[in-house]
Amino acid sequence: MSAGIGVDLENLWIRFGDFVAVRDANVHINGGDFFSFLGPSGCGKTTILRAVSGFLEPSEGNVLIGGKNMKGIGPNKRPTALIFQNLALFPLMKVWENITFSMEIKGASAAERRKRADELLDMIALPGQGDKLPSELSGGQRQRVAIARALCAKPDVLLLDEPLSALDLKLRQHMRTELREIQQRVGITFIYITHDQGEALTMSDNIAVMRAGVIDQIADGKTIYNDPATAFAASFVGENNVFRGKAKRVMGDEALIATNRSGELVARISTANRGKLAEGDDAMMFIRPEAFSVAPEGASGDHFVTARVTHEEFEGNVFNIFTEGDGGKEIKVSIPNHGQSFKDHTGQNITLEYDTRNAVVVPAGELAAE
Amino acid sequence: MPSFLKEFFNRNGTGMGLTILGLVLFWTIGLIILPQLSMLDFSFRPNLPPPEIGGPKDVYTLENYKYLIYGPEGGSQDYNTVDLRVFFRTLVAAVCVTIFNLILCYPIAYYLGQSKGSHIRIFAIMLIIPYWINEILRAFALRIIFGETGVLNTLFTGLGIWDTPFDFIRNDIALYAGLGYAYILLMIFPIYNVIESLDRNQIEAARDLGAPWWRIHWRVVIPYAKPGISSGCTMVFMLSAGALAAPQILGGPSSLWFTQLIYQQFNDNNDWPQGAAYAVVLLVTCILFVLAMMRLFKVNMGDIGK
Repeated sequence: MSAGIGVDLENLWIRFGDFVAVRDANVHINGGDFFSFLGPSGCGKTTILRAVSGFLEPSEGNVLIGGKNMKGIGPNKRPTALIFQNLALFPLMKVWENITFSMEIKGASAAERRKRADELLDMIALPGQGDKLPSELSGGQRQRVAIARALCAKPDVLLLDEPLSALDLKLRQHMRTELREIQQRVGITFIYITHDQGEALTMSDNIAVMRAGVIDQIADGKTIYNDPATAFAASFVGENNVFRGKAKRVMGDEALIATNRSGELVARISTANRGKLAEGDDAMMFIRPEAFSVAPEGASGDHFVTARVTHEEFEGNVFNIFTEGDGGKEIKVSIPNHGQSFKDHTGQNITLEYDTRNAVVVPAGELAAE
Repeated sequence: MPSFLKEFFNRNGTGMGLTILGLVLFWTIGLIILPQLSMLDFSFRPNLPPPEIGGPKDVYTLENYKYLIYGPEGGSQDYNTVDLRVFFRTLVAAVCVTIFNLILCYPIAYYLGQSKGSHIRIFAIMLIIPYWINEILRAFALRIIFGETGVLNTLFTGLGIWDTPFDFIRNDIALYAGLGYAYILLMIFPIYNVIESLDRNQIEAARDLGAPWWRIHWRVVIPYAKPGISSGCTMVFMLSAGALAAPQILGGPSSLWFTQLIYQQFNDNNDWPQGAAYAVVLLVTCILFVLAMMRLFKVNMGDIGK
């Protein structure tokens, strides 16, 4: 894969009147990376994308593409191509005219454009569909035409603003694989905006988790999932069980947390917070549903949680147990289905066990909304 | 009963359905089609004094139409050059007014359609309110502005830019301004309506792909706005060609509008058949011209209704 053109955001602030949409963002995106901004709606991720594409001038700070400052350079002069959430295909142009619109601007002949359109249509697996109108294609096909139109402009950076959100679940999952394949084939930098953590985790080389204008963590998917830097990142990405409490003792990279409801428990301090979490601090401990197992009756210690089971459900690949948890929230436990028999625990107390390496402590902070 | 009628009655109920249907039919047949047919009938009859109407001389004839082309029988010229010249000049001028209006109104409609905020409503109200004043008063207001001792001439001669007053009226500038101004809303609102529904992302997508502003308009906005543009142009052309008040008040002494000839035939010459023939010729020519233009620009009849 070619090295590609990277993107840097330096001390980026974007304000709309008094409202701060993006607060001091510093991001380095490697050339050729599939990079995602992941966050709930209204967190400022689309604003960042508009600043990179040039539709919006940052209030402070710089956008660098390939090391070149983009200040004062309009969207039609930047080496970026944007794929809009609603695709924004031109409804009155045929598919091939849509795809080669960027060449038409540069004055390419119709024959040349037609040839290029056919190549791109082959690439997106829509051969021979060039003479249709966008309205004659299905949602997934339109999606691919929008990608081809953007790629035809030969951008160094492709910007994607939740382009899969209008598709149904099956197609969305299929398009994830396809997008990733296209990105690897063309080797250019993709910047992808999404609120769907599944999309971000499956496609991205690196992910920036955003909350209310602030970037909480930038890392690859595995790190964000296993080693979140903040309570928000831990609760937004994937399912997680939270235990609130105070750090009673810090022992190297582990801490003993005095939880509000579940006694004293040991967990690993997330990498970003090592050396920063002090004894007596408010802390949150996160344990994933799949990190629990059911312990033998009577077991106790600093990695056992006892709670009353409220209900259970069978999901096929996993068996879910819900118990009373902290602050009205349930603790969810997922036991993989290996064909064993499951005993119904509803109404009983149950002891759960976890490996302290799979429990993460971060400073207390804002959780993601359900 | 055809299914669309059945559905119509189901939706509105029999009583209301019949009322609506009756009113629509009365409107189209009673107020439009029948009077026009009567005009058509007039145009093929000789101009007779009342006692002879229905008498042996009251037969269908092409006299009135011949008159427009050849002039009075035994006249000094082979063709009725005076009236024909007025006729074609009126059509050309109406086309010019339409094009001028389009050039003026498209940017306004685009701005109104693509901006957001309450100032747009204020802008629209400011466009509409002058039309509460009746057409004749508006025309006279323009006369005050363009007249020999009017606002413009006083201003420019006062500033020493012109030595002598410029005759806006004799040069037809007042007339074109008046006609253009009279139908501005009919051009702006159809275009505005269409452009308002244009997805802003399409404009941004075109820009993002490298298009300069004029190409965005040429390839994205104008094709999308075509129904509105054709609807506005059709109305402005038809109404300009058929305007009477503005040419009457703002036209120079030498510039007759074809409608003024029709008016003269009806009122001054008391020659209804001749006036009817002229009116029919104007109407048919305008309709054919509009149809030809629609064909040329590939506009469907359905688009006009947008």
